[in-house]
Amino acid sequence: MSARPATAASDRSAGDGRASSPLERRACEVTSSRASGGYRIFAARDATGPMPRAGQFYMLSSARGWGGARGRPHLPRAFSVARAGEAAGGIELEFLAEAVGPGTARLTTLEPGEELLVTGPLGRPFSRPRELAPGAAGAILVGGGIGIAPLAILRHELARAAVPQRILLGFRDRRHSGGVEELFGCEEVRLASEDGHAGHRGYVTDLLTVLLEGDDAGSAAVYACGPPAMLEVVRSLCGERGVAAELAMEAPMACGFGSCFGCAMPLAGGGYMRLCVDGPVVRADLVETALVAGSGH
Amino acid sequence: MGATAGVDLTTEICGIELAHPVLNGSGTFDAIAARRAFGDEIIARFPFSAFVSKTITPEPRAGNPPPRLYETPSGMINSIGLPNKGLEGFLSEDLPALAGLPVPLCVSVMATSADGFRRLVDGVGARDEVAAIELNVSCPNVESGLIVGEQPSEVERLMEAIRPLTAKPVIVKLTPNVADPAPIALAAQDAGADAVSLINTVRALALDPVTQEPWLGGGGGGLSGPAIRALALDQVRRVAAAVSIPIIGMGGIESGADALGFLAAGASAVAVGTATFREPMAAERIRSELALARAPATASGRDSRPEKAPDGTTALWTSS
Repeated sequence: MSARPATAASDRSAGDGRASSPLERRACEVTSSRASGGYRIFAARDATGPMPRAGQFYMLSSARGWGGARGRPHLPRAFSVARAGEAAGGIELEFLAEAVGPGTARLTTLEPGEELLVTGPLGRPFSRPRELAPGAAGAILVGGGIGIAPLAILRHELARAAVPQRILLGFRDRRHSGGVEELFGCEEVRLASEDGHAGHRGYVTDLLTVLLEGDDAGSAAVYACGPPAMLEVVRSLCGERGVAAELAMEAPMACGFGSCFGCAMPLAGGGYMRLCVDGPVVRADLVETALVAGSGH
Repeated sequence: MGATAGVDLTTEICGIELAHPVLNGSGTFDAIAARRAFGDEIIARFPFSAFVSKTITPEPRAGNPPPRLYETPSGMINSIGLPNKGLEGFLSEDLPALAGLPVPLCVSVMATSADGFRRLVDGVGARDEVAAIELNVSCPNVESGLIVGEQPSEVERLMEAIRPLTAKPVIVKLTPNVADPAPIALAAQDAGADAVSLINTVRALALDPVTQEPWLGGGGGGLSGPAIRALALDQVRRVAAAVSIPIIGMGGIESGADALGFLAAGASAVAVGTATFREPMAAERIRSELALARAPATASGRDSRPEKAPDGTTALWTSS
């Protein structure tokens, strides 16, 4: 870690290692945007914010053209950071996006030199394996589709902490496998694809099932991000086997800092948590289900 | 903000001195959660001149099942369902934390019976940390089956039930889901309300684009954001023409110019809600813009409010 004031900011936060967001929504210059499969990877330079922790997210909007001809998008969109690194003039933040609605459509057409409006980093980051279970020495990362983004920054964080990792990534088809090459590169990654174009033909959770039957199970913590159906399988697989797991989840969110109460996630013991401040990374045994109406939209 | 440093934005509402006229709308800012996200700086640079709590009810509520949000053109529909810790939980857990805020605290309360409201006003009103109480009347009275805020008689009865219980200022939060909010505001004033705040969200519906069934877990919801600003401005002006108690105006305010409009329409203070979701420090920006807008007028001694016609209205068709 550098000597940025960022580090000090993260020290005074909520006790789970999260970095505190500066108060201001700030303009960050877009430095690159490139296609990757059916997705887009774009980067922006954050001159004043702290270094985020893996699993944290930013509320994003564009300075220009947010609102569009039909009045949408209106609210900012929550994005997990996929990569963050020191660069000249600030921290380079990278995001992985797919155009599915008016907000993501605008963000995927950002051009270098444009201003990206940013609030963050926000939310609870991933824990270390030993924080999840005393016997957990290694990590199994399970990503699906666009959900591979927060695992990309997580693998770097875990590597710096010398935590052994297995990485399992799954995709519907080639179009939805964007980001793998760029974000995971030469890393040893096991792939699954529903159309069989890469790796195991089937689901990434098939690969996880095999791993959890091996010797890894007792000494690993699982970290997952992906579509709700995938997360639900991970949750139940780990629950049945008593394997500690954290899920990076998604819910419609207006503010990102605990004020709108929109991102309700049902708790296993009844009631709801706010995914923005109690998540987006949550312990799998805390949630009732990962199949929540409205999530994944 | 050198140009606005000398601009006096101090405001007084029901005897409470405020540093400037920009508050938060109830349920649009959680100071305790914001501190977890932003650290202590959010307290040191608190953007609102008074803090209005999320509505509390006599008993704890978990809130509505998700989804709770739906984005619309220039706005959003929410169906949150008033999750809160209940009166006891609020008094023991949240109030001590909120008492540390550098601004006066207004507690928003709601119940479905006069008895429930009495318990809330009694419990909240007894606490020194609380400067004012806001009654959220956009709820049904289970005894009459009527939405309290939609009936002058219901508002009058509620005010009469709680007025003797506290000497603290009582603000009635009006619903916009009526043909004319003025008679409701007048009933509140006549029964002893110290101020009214308006507008609450506008009843709205979002459909799942595939199934055409209601999208939100709670069924319907409430619309907020710039989409309702013109409607809110009209209701503020109508209420201002009818009552003499102060008005806290809100509904889609995003800029100092928007705030100026509400003040011109008769509000003594304004509140910001959905704009904060988009931009955490929106209220601070709006206050700065307001100061900037007022700076020249103050320097030359002019009143920044537009002149009203003798009938108390402002001309409708002055510009296109």
